[in-house]
Amino acid sequence: MSDERSVPVQRRCRLRAVERLGAYTLLRVEAPDVAGRAKAGQFVAVAVGGHASSLLLRRAFALYRWDATDIALVVDAHGPGTRWLTTQPAGTEVDVVGPLGRPFPDPVDDGPVVVVGGGYGAAALVGMVARLRVDGRPVTAVLGAAHAARLVAVSELEGLGAEVLVATDDGSAGTQGLVTDLLAGSASAVMAEAAAVYACGPMPMLAATAAAAERVGVDCWCSVEESMACGIGVCMTCVLPVVGSDGATRMLRSCVAGPTFDGRTVRWGDVGTIPDDCVGAPTSGGH
Amino acid sequence: MAELATRVGSVELPTPVLTASGCAAAGRELSAFVDLRQVGGVVTKSIMALPRSGRPTPRMVETPSGMLNSIGLQGPGIDSFLADDLPWLLGTGTRAVVSIAGGSTEEYGVLARRLSDAWHGGLRPSAVEVNISCPNVANRGLVFACDPVSAAAAVAVAREVLPPELPMWVKLSPDVTDIVAIAAVAVDAGADALCLVNTTLGMAIDHATLRPRLGGVTGGLSGPAIRPIAVRCVYQVAAAFPEVPIVGIGGVQHGWDAVELVAAGASAVQVGTAIFGDPSAPQRIADEMSAALDEIGVPSVADAVGAAHRGGAG
Repeated sequence: MSDERSVPVQRRCRLRAVERLGAYTLLRVEAPDVAGRAKAGQFVAVAVGGHASSLLLRRAFALYRWDATDIALVVDAHGPGTRWLTTQPAGTEVDVVGPLGRPFPDPVDDGPVVVVGGGYGAAALVGMVARLRVDGRPVTAVLGAAHAARLVAVSELEGLGAEVLVATDDGSAGTQGLVTDLLAGSASAVMAEAAAVYACGPMPMLAATAAAAERVGVDCWCSVEESMACGIGVCMTCVLPVVGSDGATRMLRSCVAGPTFDGRTVRWGDVGTIPDDCVGAPTSGGH
Repeated sequence: MAELATRVGSVELPTPVLTASGCAAAGRELSAFVDLRQVGGVVTKSIMALPRSGRPTPRMVETPSGMLNSIGLQGPGIDSFLADDLPWLLGTGTRAVVSIAGGSTEEYGVLARRLSDAWHGGLRPSAVEVNISCPNVANRGLVFACDPVSAAAAVAVAREVLPPELPMWVKLSPDVTDIVAIAAVAVDAGADALCLVNTTLGMAIDHATLRPRLGGVTGGLSGPAIRPIAVRCVYQVAAAFPEVPIVGIGGVQHGWDAVELVAAGASAVQVGTAIFGDPSAPQRIADEMSAALDEIGVPSVADAVGAAHRGGAG
């Protein structure tokens, strides 16, 4: 099995290229020690702002692609840290920790696979699709975004031999609507016979995808994006309620227990809360 | 290279840089990045009597040169900690400092009893750090560290139950009118050393929704934003109790930051938020301290302790 975490490293790495990628920025980083350990579904945590930065916390990015020497990341510049990172010239050194987190496991059964990506979340699926296509496994990719410029990896997934279905909120690419509309529509036949589903995107999309997979009894591996301070398992900020094999719910760290979770085990409706029946939940009058 | 070895009372440390409680879990995750035996020591995340789920997310907000956290002491409880985490940490050969936190005076007693039993069973940390920045359920949720009577009771019960040969450090909150008054209470109740300071309470509001950004509404502010507060607290307490060892905590990001706390009167420092941005920070900062002391011709950390009270160095 390849779903074990790798031992992460911390390295000063050179930005090889910083390029536009639709509404996002593609970073190519020379990081051979990270690339050599990388598995599909893992992520890296990058320090931002330079030596005297007032931005103390790392930014986490899913591994998009990697080869023997480089890793590639898709960055959505939406705050001062990501804006700093996407405006550095090639050659800038950045501090990278990775690879982090639990990778996607291989499907247990034979048969086609469905991958579901929302916005830049699709980047996290490319490595997995590449691995599945080596064995010639049929892959259907269902990608959604607010508009066409926020879609990632469409032509790349097509190049890997996946059938790609697209939905956008404004209809600027593919059909107008949500990925879940496609899962219930043109992808419903392949969903029903799929060996597994792999998904990465916003929480509501993951929740809906996990529910769609569960309805047809298919394994669904969801890569979550929770706010993190450290990415390595020490800060306890990125927790979500997950049901264990003993039936008990615990607040698990998405950086080390995830980011890949079995979609059936996450209590999607309770994310952002501490469920009353969670192990160690506050009792009345307590904290 | 300036000599980094230091001591906090009877506890000898190879470097003055320990990890701060709540910022290194129980050491395991950091061991991929630093040799724990080489760091000054590992202060474990505050452990309570029972498993605890913590507060809802979002639990963290980045702020200018700092962060707010509202974790709520999520943890596995003392039984799991003693069975799993502490034996692992002691096995690394580092100096383990066990942080305990209670919601009542009785809970501090229960935790001290379990640590005492473990001590007699051979699980021997270098020290215990009593975190009294917790709401006292029996006192309308007022934090122990903010009330002299509650603080004294919690510290005294822990000292009474812990083995006499196990050093007990007490970590204080900066959110008080007079830190020296609370320090006096902790020393009277049996603290062997004082750890200054815990986070200071803060809050941030979301610009789009105008709602609190933390699930727990308020949270502890840490990072370089609070460093001057820590330096001031260390300086005031060291002036009042020159014989009591102090561990300085608050926004140590680089070597010079640690030197500041040492000059204010700390014999060692703890590094917290810096670890989130740089998991090798405990080792890096110790190296930077040595270089910083070399730069000003101070031969050892011991020579720098409290220098600001003696007219400085050189």
